[in-house]
Amino acid sequence: MEIFFFLLFAIVALACALNVVLQKHPISSALSLVGVMVSLAVLYLMLGAEFIAMAQVVVYAGAVMVLFIFVIMLLNAGAETRKGGSITAQVLGIPALLAFFAALVFLITTYYPGLSPVKFGDFTGGGAREIGMKLFSSYLLPFEVTSVLILIAIVGAIVLARKELD
Amino acid sequence: MDLNALVHGVPVSWYLVLSAMLFAIGAAGFVLRRNIITVFMCIELMLNAVNLTFIAFSHELKSVHGHIFTFFVMVVAAAEAAVGLAIILTVFKNRSTLNIDEVSTLKN
Repeated sequence: MEIFFFLLFAIVALACALNVVLQKHPISSALSLVGVMVSLAVLYLMLGAEFIAMAQVVVYAGAVMVLFIFVIMLLNAGAETRKGGSITAQVLGIPALLAFFAALVFLITTYYPGLSPVKFGDFTGGGAREIGMKLFSSYLLPFEVTSVLILIAIVGAIVLARKELD
Repeated sequence: MDLNALVHGVPVSWYLVLSAMLFAIGAAGFVLRRNIITVFMCIELMLNAVNLTFIAFSHELKSVHGHIFTFFVMVVAAAEAAVGLAIILTVFKNRSTLNIDEVSTLKN
């Protein structure tokens, strides 16, 4: 059962990820990215990360992608035009990508050959309660620093995007 | 790898390989695409791939620390998206283009 769901959502995620890169229109890319994020949320759920799966749907698929689509609509971004492009990139692009991927897989299979299988329900420590306990005890300082970061980001976004006052 | 073992669950390394594939696709898109918004989306794709690695190792080690890291990555990605899209708005306002080849003042 696990393998069926893993393969289903892994294939959906990969297809949507390829679609993000291959589509010419930004709106199509954005909607494909939502597909990647939702299927990743399901995979997180299978790995026992309930809270993160929910946060993925709410924060990424909800808030961040709405922001992206809002900006695409606001700027009226059309299909991108391809011109120029270096010969080196055209010849070496796909082989370099495959070499990069092969290197990653080689590292994974060399250093982590005997990892335990994932079974749904094996790990139940990813609920909101466990995350909250950890977040507000061991990781309290990073949490507070992150809130300052968010504040800076809000102020920065407003300063950058506001209309110039003449 | 025999089929009998697969019935009892998916190996964690499959998740890691999926994550590597997503990261490679995101990196390729980051280099290939010319629309600044799509380049930004490819960065989000790479961040998501890294998050999947964190969660997979968290499951392997039966520890919640990877979840906390993923949480922080999400928060920073949201902040980054807000600031980055504001920068894109400003670039578009000043240059009237979204093509990153035409925004190359620092290069020349």
